[in-house]
Amino acid sequence: MDLSIFTYPFMQNAILSAFLGGIACSVIGVFVVLLHMPFIGVCMSHAAFAGALLGLWLGFNPLIGAFIFSLGAAAVVGPLADRGDLNPETSVGVIFSLMLGLAFLFMGLMSGPKSAALELLWGSILTNTRGDIVVLAVVAVLVVGIIFVFYKEIQATVFQRDMARAVGIPATIMLYSILFLMGATITASFSSIGGLLIFSLILNPAAAAYQLTYSMKKMFILAAVFGVLSGWIGLLISYFFNIPSGATIVVTSSVIFLLAVVFSPKRKVKRWEKKPLGENTP
Amino acid sequence: MSEVINKNGYSIDIDNAVVSFREDIALRGVSLKVKHGEFIGVVGPNGAGKTTLLTIVNGMGKLLHGRVVVLGQNLTSGNGHSLRKKVGYVAQVETIDPRMPMIVREVAMIGRYGRLGLFRRPGKTDWEIVDKALELVGMTHLAKRPIGHLSGGEQQRVAIARCLAQEPEIFLLDEPTASLDWKAKTDIMELVKRIHDLRNLTTLFVTHDLSALPIACDRVVLMKDGLIWNEGPPRGLLTDEILSQLYDLPVSVVEKRRSEAALV
Repeated sequence: MDLSIFTYPFMQNAILSAFLGGIACSVIGVFVVLLHMPFIGVCMSHAAFAGALLGLWLGFNPLIGAFIFSLGAAAVVGPLADRGDLNPETSVGVIFSLMLGLAFLFMGLMSGPKSAALELLWGSILTNTRGDIVVLAVVAVLVVGIIFVFYKEIQATVFQRDMARAVGIPATIMLYSILFLMGATITASFSSIGGLLIFSLILNPAAAAYQLTYSMKKMFILAAVFGVLSGWIGLLISYFFNIPSGATIVVTSSVIFLLAVVFSPKRKVKRWEKKPLGENTP
Repeated sequence: MSEVINKNGYSIDIDNAVVSFREDIALRGVSLKVKHGEFIGVVGPNGAGKTTLLTIVNGMGKLLHGRVVVLGQNLTSGNGHSLRKKVGYVAQVETIDPRMPMIVREVAMIGRYGRLGLFRRPGKTDWEIVDKALELVGMTHLAKRPIGHLSGGEQQRVAIARCLAQEPEIFLLDEPTASLDWKAKTDIMELVKRIHDLRNLTTLFVTHDLSALPIACDRVVLMKDGLIWNEGPPRGLLTDEILSQLYDLPVSVVEKRRSEAALV
């Protein structure tokens, strides 16, 4: 096998980006899956997209615009769902449609060619710079670090928020922090994977891990492994067949998910439940 | 200040509490004193304010007016947090995703989390306390099962074990037997009573399960329209006449319902 690909700086950057982005996105995806809020990833990536377009239109760094918008969306979604007595998915939907509208508005207001805007939608892991990687690394370390330090609070909050509150855990702050981390992760990985495709890198590895384990710790670890594998395998396929990397990464993560469903021990839940009580669990 | 209040000997001292939910007034001036070790049954129609009464005891509800003193602490919006660690709360059965990646033992451990506080991980003693609690509620054999695979009655036992692991001084139960079958209802009721006695707790039990109340309760509080409508020992209070007024139903209907319930 020709190993020369690993000597190219752009490929090294891409491999690092896939590693960091894969970990951050898929670990965040565990929350998306366990909180039953799959739509929130789409909402935040569109917020980041709208923010980046604002940056392009007004001539400041799109990454800064993306951060402001997605963190803003994260800060609004939680309280809106809590105080407005809305279903969280409804509040996510409201924000999502607003962000989509703003994205179109900013794109319409932009003069000249729209290629930079479209690049944001598709993303390109192969053009990542050292700066992109530093941002990704900061976010990945932040996400993993916070989960590590506040694991028990996060576990309780994700399981049943009211119950977590009732035992004296600051569950509301925990949930809002999780949403905040989601916004940061999506923004940081956004330019590598692209606004449209990032959602699958969040959802698929976590959804695959969800099929395979009854331990939340293992779910986080498995999701991270699947996320990194999706990125690396996708990159290789993209390189050897000369096709867009965002697409190959997404397809790889989907294949991993399908395999997880096929081999899931949880599909046998029904049969297992019929065993008499007291029998040892596997 | 808090020492002075504590000396009156009440675990819970609610004075003229007013609480609102959105536009509705959920409690319109409720006063209730509960001695340490008392077992109080709270009965009343839906929307009477029973759950709200529990939420002001554990500091989750916001007082509009009045004063709540729990375990000698005057409850403010700031200290509900620390107080909750000493108050066990069991709600109704909730549907749990069968694939939820948590096992029974971990769910019971959540009871310890508040007491442990941030940055500390459960140690050997904590796991021993959890295992003991699971043993007490008869769930040891299911300790390693995923929580989503349990029946409603089993889930409530785990919820009670979680409260025990919390080592609370006050035990709040909000219709824990709702949606359970008759056998499970009786079992849970007996378990709650046993734990109340064993751990020397102060218990507030919200329920519609009237038949079980006289055995367990020292006192019954009847609530209606956000007020305490009547209170006293269960035997004198849970008559068909009083219940017919409480639920706005003719006496004959109450009689029929209760006899049917007894037969189930």
